[in-house]
Amino acid sequence: MARPSPLVEHLLRRAGFGLSDDVRDRFADGVSYRQAVDWLVAYPGDGSVDQFIGTPGYLGVTAPSGFLPNTNINHARQRWLFRMVHSPAPLLERMTLIWHHHFATAYSKIAGMYNPDDGTRLMAAVRTTDATGQTGQIEMLRQNAFGSFETLLMNIAVDPAMLVWLDGITNVKAKPQENFARELMELFTFGVGHFTESDVYAAARVFTGWNLARTFSGGQSSYRFQFNAGQHDTDPKEFSFRIFSSRRASTTRTIPGRSAMIGMDDGRDLIHALAYHPETARRLARRFWTWFVSETEPAPDSFVTSVSRTYLDNATSIRAVLRAVLSSDEFMDSARVFQRYTWPIEFVVRSLKEVGYRGFSANDALTPLVNMGQQLFEPPDVNGWELGPAWFTTGGMLARMNFASQLATNQRAALRDAARPFSASPDALVDFCYDRLSMPAATPEERGAAVQYVLASGAWTGSDSQLLAKTAGVVHLLTGSAEYQLA
Amino acid sequence: MRFTRRDFIKGGVSAFTLGFAAPAFLSDLALAQGASRRALVVLYLSGGSDALSMLPPYTDPFYLSRRPTLAIPAGSVLQIGTDGSGKPLGLHPRLGALRSMFTDGHLAIIQRTGYQNSSRSHFLGTDIWSTGNPANATGAGWLGRYLDALPSPVDPLIGWSTLRDVPRTLLADRVSVPAIPSVAGYTIQSPNAGADRTQARAAVATLAGHIPAERPHLSFVNGAVQAALATLERVATVGTYAPTVAYAGDGLSQALRTVAGAMVKGLGTRVFWVQIGGFDTHAGQGTNQGTFANLMGTLNAALSAFYNDLRNQGLLNDTLILQFSEFGRRISENGSQGTDHGAAATMLALGGGVRGGLYGSAPSLNPAGNGNGTLENNGADVTYEHDFRSVYAQVIDNWLGADSRAILGGDFRKPSLSFV
Repeated sequence: MARPSPLVEHLLRRAGFGLSDDVRDRFADGVSYRQAVDWLVAYPGDGSVDQFIGTPGYLGVTAPSGFLPNTNINHARQRWLFRMVHSPAPLLERMTLIWHHHFATAYSKIAGMYNPDDGTRLMAAVRTTDATGQTGQIEMLRQNAFGSFETLLMNIAVDPAMLVWLDGITNVKAKPQENFARELMELFTFGVGHFTESDVYAAARVFTGWNLARTFSGGQSSYRFQFNAGQHDTDPKEFSFRIFSSRRASTTRTIPGRSAMIGMDDGRDLIHALAYHPETARRLARRFWTWFVSETEPAPDSFVTSVSRTYLDNATSIRAVLRAVLSSDEFMDSARVFQRYTWPIEFVVRSLKEVGYRGFSANDALTPLVNMGQQLFEPPDVNGWELGPAWFTTGGMLARMNFASQLATNQRAALRDAARPFSASPDALVDFCYDRLSMPAATPEERGAAVQYVLASGAWTGSDSQLLAKTAGVVHLLTGSAEYQLA
Repeated sequence: MRFTRRDFIKGGVSAFTLGFAAPAFLSDLALAQGASRRALVVLYLSGGSDALSMLPPYTDPFYLSRRPTLAIPAGSVLQIGTDGSGKPLGLHPRLGALRSMFTDGHLAIIQRTGYQNSSRSHFLGTDIWSTGNPANATGAGWLGRYLDALPSPVDPLIGWSTLRDVPRTLLADRVSVPAIPSVAGYTIQSPNAGADRTQARAAVATLAGHIPAERPHLSFVNGAVQAALATLERVATVGTYAPTVAYAGDGLSQALRTVAGAMVKGLGTRVFWVQIGGFDTHAGQGTNQGTFANLMGTLNAALSAFYNDLRNQGLLNDTLILQFSEFGRRISENGSQGTDHGAAATMLALGGGVRGGLYGSAPSLNPAGNGNGTLENNGADVTYEHDFRSVYAQVIDNWLGADSRAILGGDFRKPSLSFV
């Protein structure tokens, strides 16, 4: 079957979720690398595929008493996996996942504070289908995934789930609460080394009064951001870094005293200063390097300088940064192809797209994902997941190998049917499997091991029963191999 | 392909990859390396545990005034005597079993452990405690460096993380510590049964034997596959462990049950990692009733079951549990009945070989004059009295039998910390 160019395939593995047949068709023959980047970073709309959930021919879901992804966290997880497998805008889904990692918020704390239904709402609800009209954090992240980072920060600061997660709802002028203020600087923007303890105290005062209004109506709670002017600290706040505000001509290190009514401008000033701080630009450049290019090599200074300049020159535009990263020499370097550790979600979605998903339920991937170390809506802490080699503990790797077995077993009949034209010899069958999984060319040893496995049960006849056992068997070996864990 | 003991010794751990049936001699090897069944169990309270609620200085006049809603009433504290300066101290009311261990002389409480310019960041703080290097908290962990210093070949089960990941403390340059959160899930599956299954496993082993120098990522992942194949059978034996006591169903209790099983089955693991989270109590700390109290209850029950099980199995004298957290918490409570990130912490050491008692002195909570030098940050936080690396040094020298100066990169030994 026709395949995209190797460089486009590299792009689709790292900036998309791998190569299902429809993706191959779309990007095969004549689609240039630049066109493929355009497709990914400038996709019009949100690429919603929710309307196809439950339709035959797509990845299945399991919901015996009704599919309720706005109020049931397991259903929300299934919906997100469904989107990652089927979305025509895979980079948008991937950036949403990456922002979920960057602004890592865990469902369990929200559900513990309120209840499981509302916890799911605050994390995942789609406004137009939720009974209370809630926009969950993940939906907000998707809406802002390619937009300006400053706007994204502002939205995260007033996001109901974030206000609960980092205790903003308890931040009042008599007793400022430092949790959000600290992580905003340490994790969300410029990072350790660029702020002091007294900056944390000052930033906590900036966000005093940023709260959540919970109202009850028709037996349902609804949650909206609310600025409680009466709880806002109106005194000036001093910082160790410049507060260069677009709304004021001067550049100072002080957020001025303001009347309580316009006290939210404190937060706008601070977020503006943090979003445009040169060290935030550099840290984001390094993070994009980690997310797209390499988790083990440090980002070269030239890359950091160039990407951070793009970020600042384009009013903190994430889309501009993505285009710069994906078009960089480093990203396109053929020496880096298949030299990046995939996240468990990437592995699961790629294998669903490439092995097959018809007749498989997203629900059956949820426990394996936990065992691989990545549960959606449940990052381990506000620092997100530990990336790179940390995914590949013995237990985590066994979980990937066993998911490969589970999926190959589930798809064995479809794999047999697809393999029939290649039943002439074990070599043909092995070639078919390598191609279907978009694997790099096999070494003689690897090919030999796969062929030996096909032949181990006796002489090859290419019968349907042999194909049924051995196609699934080889797909299991390859999907569970080290090579398939790299992108 | 079958490999011989000689191949294994000659080629180090990587040669082991070619055969996946775990031979019995590995246990002998582990025992020979350890020369005893001694194990260290590191217990991490994740999130920054509130030391002042675990060990409240309940008579300090500023304890009540700075903790108006979070202080534990003097009448509820489990009294354990006084520190060197005569200050009465007690354990949290839910730590009844720990008080008994203290009375038995098997629990050491080391107060005010930390380091200069304590990080208030969870992540940097954890990395500093993990590496034992406040100046550059990257690279291998302090126990990883201990494992690296063991003579080759090192048994692949020499360490065991009961989490899904391997904490930095156990990260080593040369030795790969397995993460085994569930013994039952530590198996290998394949789509076909019978002979095909055996053939698939052989193929997995062959594919994982591919370690090209120019593909470090591929080699690393194949190393994980090899380590899994090399440890499956021995780990499976832990699944048959029948404890002598009932363990609760929470994650910490189950992890300690697994540790006890691994010790009783004689797997030779020297270093285990167990963890319990939820200590980042910025809001609604619930010292007396609620979050923190429940955490103390869970901790108490889990350690009690483990302690009794090991004692019944005759292994208590071979076990040292060392507890830490990345920092203590702010002395004054905040506006949300919680506490923010602070500085010095309290450590616990527990086991049959521990010289129990109170080590170090309690802070004075009077913010004026920084509590006679026991506080920092304008009296907001407890300051450290013992460098945490002095505690590590005691464990390395006197429990693990290695040289703390080499592993910690300096002489942190402190004779007064003679808890083990």
